[in-house]
Amino acid sequence: MFNSELFEKLVSIHSPSGDEENIRDIIKKEIEDYVDSIEIDRLGNLIAKIEGTGPKIMVAAHMDQIGLMVTKIEDEGYLRFTNIGGINPYNILHQRFVFKDGLIGIVSKNGKADMKNLKLSDMFLDIGVKDKNEAEKKVSIGDMCTYLSKYQEDEQRIISACVDNRIGCYMAIEAIKSLKDQKSENELYIVFTVQEELGLRGATTAAFGIEPDIGIAVDVTGSGDTPDDEAFAIKLGNGAAIKVKDRGIVVDPKMKNYMIDLAKEKNIDYQLEILEYGATDSAAMQLSKAGVLAGVISVPTRYIHSPVETIYKKDLDQSLKLLVELLRDENIKELI
Amino acid sequence: MSIKEKLITLSEASGVSGYENEVSEIIKKYFSEFTDEIYEDIMGNVIALKKGNGSGKKIMLMAHMDEIGLMLSNIDKDGRLRFSTLGGFDPRTLIYQDVIIHSKNKKIDGIIVPEKPTKSDGKAVMIPDLRIDTGYKKDEIEKIVEIGDIITIDRKVVELQNNYLSGKTFDDRACLGSLLIAGEELKKFNHDLDVYFVASVEEEVGTRGAATGAYGINPDMAIAIDVTFGRTLELAEEESVEMDKGVGFTLGGNIHHGMRKFLMKTAEEYSLPYQIEITPGPTGTDARSIQITRQGIPTILMSVPLRYMHTSTETISEKDVISTGKLIARFIAEIDDERLEELLCY
Amino acid sequence: MLLNKLIEASAVSGQEEEVRKIIIEELKDHVDSIESDKIGNIIVYKKGKSEKKKILISAAMDEIGGIVNKINSDGTLKFTKAGFFDERILVSKIVNIGKNSLKGVIGAKPIHLQKADERKKALSINQLYVDIGVSSKEEAAKLVEIGDYISICSETKDFNQNDIIKGKALDSRIPCHMLIELLKSDLDYSIYGAFTVMDKVMIFGSRCVGARINPDYTIVLDGTDNKLGTTELGKGPIINLKEIRAVFDRDFVNTVIDIADKKDIELQISTDENRITGADLYQIASEGSKVIKLSVPCKYVGTPVNLVSRKDIKALNKLINEIISVLGGNYSV
Repeated sequence: MFNSELFEKLVSIHSPSGDEENIRDIIKKEIEDYVDSIEIDRLGNLIAKIEGTGPKIMVAAHMDQIGLMVTKIEDEGYLRFTNIGGINPYNILHQRFVFKDGLIGIVSKNGKADMKNLKLSDMFLDIGVKDKNEAEKKVSIGDMCTYLSKYQEDEQRIISACVDNRIGCYMAIEAIKSLKDQKSENELYIVFTVQEELGLRGATTAAFGIEPDIGIAVDVTGSGDTPDDEAFAIKLGNGAAIKVKDRGIVVDPKMKNYMIDLAKEKNIDYQLEILEYGATDSAAMQLSKAGVLAGVISVPTRYIHSPVETIYKKDLDQSLKLLVELLRDENIKELI
Repeated sequence: MSIKEKLITLSEASGVSGYENEVSEIIKKYFSEFTDEIYEDIMGNVIALKKGNGSGKKIMLMAHMDEIGLMLSNIDKDGRLRFSTLGGFDPRTLIYQDVIIHSKNKKIDGIIVPEKPTKSDGKAVMIPDLRIDTGYKKDEIEKIVEIGDIITIDRKVVELQNNYLSGKTFDDRACLGSLLIAGEELKKFNHDLDVYFVASVEEEVGTRGAATGAYGINPDMAIAIDVTFGRTLELAEEESVEMDKGVGFTLGGNIHHGMRKFLMKTAEEYSLPYQIEITPGPTGTDARSIQITRQGIPTILMSVPLRYMHTSTETISEKDVISTGKLIARFIAEIDDERLEELLCY
Repeated sequence: MLLNKLIEASAVSGQEEEVRKIIIEELKDHVDSIESDKIGNIIVYKKGKSEKKKILISAAMDEIGGIVNKINSDGTLKFTKAGFFDERILVSKIVNIGKNSLKGVIGAKPIHLQKADERKKALSINQLYVDIGVSSKEEAAKLVEIGDYISICSETKDFNQNDIIKGKALDSRIPCHMLIELLKSDLDYSIYGAFTVMDKVMIFGSRCVGARINPDYTIVLDGTDNKLGTTELGKGPIINLKEIRAVFDRDFVNTVIDIADKKDIELQISTDENRITGADLYQIASEGSKVIKLSVPCKYVGTPVNLVSRKDIKALNKLINEIISVLGGNYSV
């Protein structure tokens, strides 16, 4: 069953890349009764371990999110900002952003900004103050803010900011919980990684330390089911996406075929994903040390990096099922 | 099998980045003619060890076996296929080419065509506007192929004058040919170094195999062997090397000076031809990843001249392939344990 | 196999010799007369049991290609187009040069050395050249002469469990092959056959054939592309109602449509011809002739990768035989 209370909590937390403290605390509390040990490494990755004697499987779910960072406070009290992760100016225009302490800012643009070629440097945050002095009492240069999430769900859909990648965190948490009663011999490292949006930085060091045999990233992927966008074969409602390639990885056909066979065996709806942009933590895991067999389970998502990221519950359900089946599958050792 | 026959077999084999299986089996067979120990690492790099008689110092010779290629990304209503790319393609070289779709159970022929009839507007037809026509209708083709199927250009090697060969993948299979020559030559010499012959994977998508391969082998020194731009009239002298005039040595930050100087000395001593190229920063080859692996690996780059890189008419001279291989063998034979220390100190 | 031999032979417009030789060799023992005319067309006469009307069936032999017009200092060859076609088809292809079919390749500047917008522009013929693997003008001049013809290579293949043929010049060679087979068979009615030159360069050998034979009925065989999306591979032969200039005889056309209907032969109708073939000239040569053009559906005409369905070829063969038996009888329009 979909735990909407948990997911709403996860997407409502402010945790931009580089400051994942809030989300880490929540996840830690959520899982600590279900795992054998928990560790936080130097970069801030949260590493939960479930003991086993079989192959080491690392799951990477990044817990950071995109956001804005204040770069300058104008005399009138408006804030200039830079991006943390992939920010599209058109997506953020006239959206609400929230700082760690709850302060709300609205993004707008300079009067003379060119709407055909909108740049972040022509935009500002309005935090409702009268001048620089007042602003400085509330924010400092370097403060970060994220989309203010408005969580909504209906029978079919979930709509929110930050589905990328709290949905991965949700899947990892739920997988941990459901594995409590169906343990396998696999040794599991469920890692909630930091700074994925800045270039897979957390996963890089976590994989180096863990030295897994197999690495699985859980993340979102785009879709090609909106008008005039048919190049990409992913559709919401068609099930879990099994990654074939993106800009960071060509998934080893051994891994891809394993996932396909597993999905078929367990009656899980799946689709194959060729993403023309972006990369996930799998890329970092694959290239760690002398190489790691890596794959990705993704949840098809519309409007990624906007405040209205949309997924279907059915896809989430199938993706989670695939993740759980994979983690408890003792035949997975035959891959290595 | 002559080296020419091997080069042709290698060029015609399929082995798109991440899907190197077919070419990998071929190169294993060829490596086994001069080495005893062959293994594959996790990424799929094929590694063959030819033991030396010294103290176990290692040199790694790496040429990549992957090729740029296409991947089926969607099926249109009319049954024609859309595709994504692995590695850098000039779309102008793709239009009206024969392709093979490597589906699970069989290979399907196809041709690359523009989605709509072309107009003479002076524009290239870009990749999103290209399709693959197999002659099948949608309901038929859907049963045969799957999203993610690998697609290669179908191009037999054609022999030109002067033992020039032209085919779809001499980048970097020509250099695998040089490794084979080097391996054969080394049989004649007594050498101290343990030699690791590596056919690496996924160079074309970001030298990924080189990174993990070098980490696993952890050599004392390494040579990346890749192709470089063979001169044609539209290329400047400073950005290309001449065909038939021997291997190119790169100078620059990616290259270990001591090794490179000694390589030049060796070439001169044995009257093997070479040419010079300059790249100040990281080269666009496996050398860029090898050099910065672990705590640093002294690396040099040797390049075989090749015309029309990343087209299906990549053209090489057999002569260059052979002289490059011979030079590699001479270089290795000249380095005993003592000289190694000398070469590598700064 | 005759079909593959015909397809793979080089016969660039103006230099159809290779194909001409194959056809004459193949037919000379099966027909009553065969000869080349003064500009290179082949004219064949095959006697049947009866001869009431002069019936001519014609197919063009030639294909698009190039002619060497300069040898560069580094031994590469510049060339000009023979025929009207999209230059974008040339890049990264193998070619045959001259009578000895010397192999060459047309390469392209490595993508690594291009500026980002360079690859968005089509390469024009002035930027292209053929590499034969020599390094000097002198060396090249021993092997190639200015004026040598260049044909574009394309492997002939069977697609789809042999249902579809892929190759170059199928819009002319498939009709040639059909006509050869027809002339080899036993016929009730006499027919003339013509294999014509220089369609693709718009000289049209057909005009001289028409002047010489002065036929009552002319059937031109061709390959028709599907640029407007109204015809399909595998859906039967095409009857063309018009070309750029010519509108074909409507009664003759209707007769053929009737025949196809009666004999249960699938027939597609095409009005969208953006093409001129020998059919145009047959209509106005000498006293004129009642002309129709029948085509096998052929995808991607004007490129080296044509697709044709064997099903359509078979149906067209049947249709032609049925038409001849009607025309040769007491038919008149």
